[in-house]
Amino acid sequence: MRVELEELYKYRELLYMITYRDIKVRYKQSIMGFFWAILMPILIVMSGVVVRYAYAMVSHAPLKTADIASVAIKSVPWAFIVSSIRFTCNSLTGNRDLVVKIYFPKEIFPMAAVLACLFDFFVASSALLIFLVLIKIGWSIYLLWVPVLVATTVLFCIGIGMIVSAASLFFRDVKYIVEVFLTFGIFFTPVFYDMRMLGDRGKWLMLNPVAPLLDGLSTCIARHQSPDVHWFLYSLVFSLTSFSVGFVLFKHLEPAFAESI
Amino acid sequence: MSDVALRMEHLYKKFRKGETYNSLRDLLPAMTGKMFRGQELDATVRREFWALQDISFEVKRGEALGIIGRNGAGKSTALKILSRIMRPTKGRMVVNGRLSALIEVTAGFHPDLTGMENIFLHGTILGMSKREIQSKLDQIIAFSGIEEFIDTPVKRYSSGMYARLGFSVAAHVDPEVLVVDEVLSVGDFVFQQRCMDRIRSVIKSGTTVLFVSHNLKAVTEICPRAMLLDHGKVLMIDDTDAVARKYLSLGAMPDTADEEKPVYISKVRVRDRDGEQSTFESGEKAWVDIEVTAREAIDKLAVVIWFKDESEYIIFHTSTERLGFAPFCLQPGGTYRCTFELTLNIAHGTFHLVTEIHRYDIQKGYDRQDPASTIFIGSTTAVGGAVNCFPRLVESETAVPPTQYCEV
Repeated sequence: MRVELEELYKYRELLYMITYRDIKVRYKQSIMGFFWAILMPILIVMSGVVVRYAYAMVSHAPLKTADIASVAIKSVPWAFIVSSIRFTCNSLTGNRDLVVKIYFPKEIFPMAAVLACLFDFFVASSALLIFLVLIKIGWSIYLLWVPVLVATTVLFCIGIGMIVSAASLFFRDVKYIVEVFLTFGIFFTPVFYDMRMLGDRGKWLMLNPVAPLLDGLSTCIARHQSPDVHWFLYSLVFSLTSFSVGFVLFKHLEPAFAESI
Repeated sequence: MSDVALRMEHLYKKFRKGETYNSLRDLLPAMTGKMFRGQELDATVRREFWALQDISFEVKRGEALGIIGRNGAGKSTALKILSRIMRPTKGRMVVNGRLSALIEVTAGFHPDLTGMENIFLHGTILGMSKREIQSKLDQIIAFSGIEEFIDTPVKRYSSGMYARLGFSVAAHVDPEVLVVDEVLSVGDFVFQQRCMDRIRSVIKSGTTVLFVSHNLKAVTEICPRAMLLDHGKVLMIDDTDAVARKYLSLGAMPDTADEEKPVYISKVRVRDRDGEQSTFESGEKAWVDIEVTAREAIDKLAVVIWFKDESEYIIFHTSTERLGFAPFCLQPGGTYRCTFELTLNIAHGTFHLVTEIHRYDIQKGYDRQDPASTIFIGSTTAVGGAVNCFPRLVESETAVPPTQYCEV
């Protein structure tokens, strides 16, 4: 694995160029430009508000701004996870010519896809920041958790992305399966709701490795508390494992890409 | 560092023919079928073929090796293995130094980006650093000859411009080993010349070159030594001229006579004074023997022959009728023989002989052999182009100019 990582490091400029290409092309082609980056998060936030409002009606508990802030904080990274896995899925098959004709470490494609989505994530985050400042959410020392949680999320996405991109190169229907998971994943992830709403059974949902990350983000930003360290470590270990397994698997399959694509 | 730039040792590559399972929906039922009923994983496992078999060769540092062979001989597979896009099934391979491939020179382009952006994108894909591209930027743009359009998205480019820009980037990589696969079909004549010059200067600078082309002329010009591949095996590695001759002898298998035709060309032979021959010196005489056999009675026939070069351009044609022979008639089972004597004032290159039986008054062709034979012209005079005018320099004089004009 070390040799491969060193080679990847040698090609870091290419990773940068492909990411740049992906971002540039995406923004060039769409009339909406930067609005594109916040469209999906906004839709998720809006549906989250509807869900939370319905919940408030049923339970006769008033809907607080903090709840809406929490939904917004979790929607943005969720949008990032969904779009990066969706883009990685096509990242190899969509670059057929380069996969078949030129040699370089191909994990650059899923990685660049995730990084391009990360750019969108930062754009959306700036919008979110303005929103949070407007509702006077305040700040605390726990904000230092944010980069750690985001980095873990990126690691998780790259790991899953490498597996998914290689799998969809060999099996064309993988992308439909992935799409189904991405569509319904939101119900198994605490984006619209809080773990606490589910009572004791809530911790089962924390087994979803994305849950502690999103929950952690909302805890440290909206509630000014430290996230649950144990659950965070669980996610971190899961992400590191998915990255290593994804990387090793990807490298193992890579020589067969050119003839199978 | 050793003086070997490239080496393949007993290299094999196996491919699977036909469709393999490329969706889980097909694979899973097949796998469960195998588990429960002990079925074979379909016939796909057995439908394998060897694209390369026992390939061994070595290229010394600074050497230029040509690779020739017909379509499907395994040339591209060999190059893909060398450039590490594919892994060999068996065997060993050594590449010393940075390898760069001029294969499909526009693969790295994105249509929505401008020419300038694509230079950087494609350059990094080919392994150059950003700083390296920056320092060669002017050269690359000048070489491509599309300065004015460099800030236009490449999707607006003509296909020639597209390819030229791609070649320009690829040609400036400065590798230690350069692999060139059929890139000379790109661009117009002037650009092709420039590409050839570039490859020549790359060789002169000590770069090892592997050159794959169907254009025998280009191969002989660039590579002193060549390897002939056929059906995945090395047929010979030798002087390019010898290899080219062997290659041509592979191609010259005349088609068997078609049962439907009322009259057909039953034999074509190209010979010199001593007998059958496919290589000639420019300016030599050649004789073409043609035999025509009829199945039905048929009137007013003529035999037409022409030469075309490798790009299908007809460089010469004639016929029995034009040479003043009356049209001939044949009875069923009858044969007609004729011999053309030709003086091959053709320049160095490969030419295909096409023969046809033609009836002029109704403009009908009965049988054509295309190519009936292929000849290879070698030349001792250094000339280029299609014909050999046998130039001689009879006078050469330098006038001493008035000094004020001498500002070179």
